[in-house]
Amino acid sequence: MAEESARTGKPRGNLPPLELYVPEPRYRPGDVVDYSHLPVPPAGKLPRPDEACAAADTWPLTLDMIRVLDEDDHAVGAWNPGLDPESLRRMLRTMALTRAFDDRLYRSQRQGKTSFYMKSTGEEAIAAACAQALADDDMVFPSYRQQGILISRGYPLVDMVNQIYSNRADPLKGRQLPIMYSAKDYGFFSISGNLATQFPQAVGWAMASAIKGDTRIATAFIGEGSSAEGDFHAAMTFAAVYNAPVVLHVVNNQWAISSFSGFAGAERTTFAARATGYGIAGLRVDGNDALAVYAAMEWAANRARANQGPTLIEHFTYRAEGHSTSDDPSAYRSAQEREEWPLGDPIMRLKKHLIALGEWSEEQQEAMDRELVEQVKVATKEAEKNGVLGHGMHHPFHTMFEDVFEELPWHLEEQADQAIRERETKWPEWKERGDA
Amino acid sequence: MPEDNSVSLADDVSEAPTKQMNMIEAINDALDIMMARDPDIVILGEDVGYFGGVFRATAGLQKKFGRNRVFDSPINECGIIGAAVGMAAYGLRPVPEIQFADYIYPGLDQLISEAARMRYRSAGEFTAPITVRSPFGGGIFGGQTHSQSPEALFTHVAGLKTVIPCTPRDAKGLLIASIEDNDPVIFFEPKRIYNGPFDGYYDRPSRTWKGQPGGDVPEGYYKIPLGKARIVREGAALTVLSYGTMIHVAEAVLAEKGIDAEIIDLRTLVPLDIETVEKSVEKTGKCLVIHEATRTSGFGAELSALVQERCFYHLEAPVERVTGFDTPYPHSLEWAYFPGPVRIGEAVDRLMKD
Repeated sequence: MAEESARTGKPRGNLPPLELYVPEPRYRPGDVVDYSHLPVPPAGKLPRPDEACAAADTWPLTLDMIRVLDEDDHAVGAWNPGLDPESLRRMLRTMALTRAFDDRLYRSQRQGKTSFYMKSTGEEAIAAACAQALADDDMVFPSYRQQGILISRGYPLVDMVNQIYSNRADPLKGRQLPIMYSAKDYGFFSISGNLATQFPQAVGWAMASAIKGDTRIATAFIGEGSSAEGDFHAAMTFAAVYNAPVVLHVVNNQWAISSFSGFAGAERTTFAARATGYGIAGLRVDGNDALAVYAAMEWAANRARANQGPTLIEHFTYRAEGHSTSDDPSAYRSAQEREEWPLGDPIMRLKKHLIALGEWSEEQQEAMDRELVEQVKVATKEAEKNGVLGHGMHHPFHTMFEDVFEELPWHLEEQADQAIRERETKWPEWKERGDA
Repeated sequence: MPEDNSVSLADDVSEAPTKQMNMIEAINDALDIMMARDPDIVILGEDVGYFGGVFRATAGLQKKFGRNRVFDSPINECGIIGAAVGMAAYGLRPVPEIQFADYIYPGLDQLISEAARMRYRSAGEFTAPITVRSPFGGGIFGGQTHSQSPEALFTHVAGLKTVIPCTPRDAKGLLIASIEDNDPVIFFEPKRIYNGPFDGYYDRPSRTWKGQPGGDVPEGYYKIPLGKARIVREGAALTVLSYGTMIHVAEAVLAEKGIDAEIIDLRTLVPLDIETVEKSVEKTGKCLVIHEATRTSGFGAELSALVQERCFYHLEAPVERVTGFDTPYPHSLEWAYFPGPVRIGEAVDRLMKD
């Protein structure tokens, strides 16, 4: 029988032929978008379990969605973090500054001042609220879309731009692709182009903190696309086995470049639901609701700090812009998606909440936006004094060979000599400047 | 066979009294000493904790230093290396073990993309001072997945150091230096010579390290610097460049043939001790490279190219390479595969025919 079916390619007996299922997003370019299939539970609906609860007790929370801001812009329910207006305004400011920064640096790339940029438009609440809920000395292992954390922690904008321009003041000496920041003093781990590698690293950092009897915790971010990487499984297993004081985030913005979340498994279950299979607490959060994000991060941080173990948080959000400056989303998704996104815009929602509280106004928002645009402009102008990409004002040639190892071995010394020799032939005019 | 290693070891030999150890005991001793000296050293890996490792390299360490310093890990090499990189970023000095070098591949992204580039990409903000220990090499009927010599994968990666000892004395001193080094080090332990030197004559009774050169291990702390080769035997007729198990095979074959060869144990492949190599080839005019790893794009190709580039006018014959064949490591035909005395002998004859 087996031989017969193998030879003919026809199925055995009366069994139906097997079919490969290949996921396909609901909407492609030009399609009318209708998100009515997407459940958006009311704000304030879900209970807030004790932070010391068993991981399995969070199962219902992994399938639903924690939401705090309701339709009338009020903060409601057990997850309302009860932040004072000053904290809310600070969070709003971080989000608005992140957006202003993204907008300007995106234009800088279009103007040829740098090779590459990635915006976080629509996802600002996740970085801003998580940063604010953490202690400043907790270690963040970010992906490339959490620039709001650096901004929240007060990292100088001009140094961010210096890095993006790869100029002579670039803290990373022009070695890294733009936006792959590293800021140890701000608890912001060196960003890698290799997806998800930071997940097990964050667990290791958290294990180290526990080994030393420290009180600091680690937190890490990946996108839903990267959660398909093997490193996700490694991180979850290690975090569970050693009860590591770590908070792991999956930012589910629906898209991994051109692949919709179905290619990471989203059609079968939520990303948060993966947590309990590992014995890890899981929370699923409206990622465009800054208060819900804050509350979830705070809950998970408290749990980690009390040696109650790790948490996985899924932030349900939408990548409003292209993946990067090298991407054109109109080639694979409907432009209507962004407009129709049922969870709205995170900045607008927090702004309206503050206005509803009587703690903010449209005028104040406009004034703040103008101020932030100016602040970013000043930072970019300042950075431009140190050069932009390709205009010759970069770190000295020899630095290309430094930091491969702690000390330069002979073969790198020889290659450094060669590079400097070549420079004199390629760009003789630079010789006089003495910036070898 | 020449009586001893007429070696200039002044820079790396401890004055301390010595003790007979096999390579496993020497490695265990190094780990023990370093863990006592530095509270930031932690050991993780599969079966390394309570059980003390499948080769016993970490025996007794968990009992002595506690489960927070020496612990078993899930069977996940990506996780072992990834967690070690994160621990190093915190400020620890992890010494992860990969049970067999053949199983290091799931951890390669963490080693190549992360550990090796951490210092560079962060401009020194974050470093990865980890030492990945892993048993490697064949000659034990380990078949395809317990015999490989993947050193060339690592020597090709900017930012990694690759170290391979060939005696218990070197294993201890090099491991201590590797752990103290602030760069990530791949420390490959030739498991064929864990218990005694192996000269390639598989049909003769095996030997222990007792009474063998290099089996006398200084007590206490000492280190052998990375990037420094050891001249195992001085000679004028031919330079042999090798490391690990193959040093012992080369010694035996050349002694039998009565060739006045200069045998150099490279010990560290990256950074390579190029001075010692150049000086020797300039003296002898002939160079034989020996490794157990497969031939094509093996580390021997790099050695051969370097010698050709830097010693061209001193060479009296083409540089010869004796290596494993370009096949997966076979089980039943192990001794047909292993670059033993016959293959080395033929290469020596070719080099010495004029």
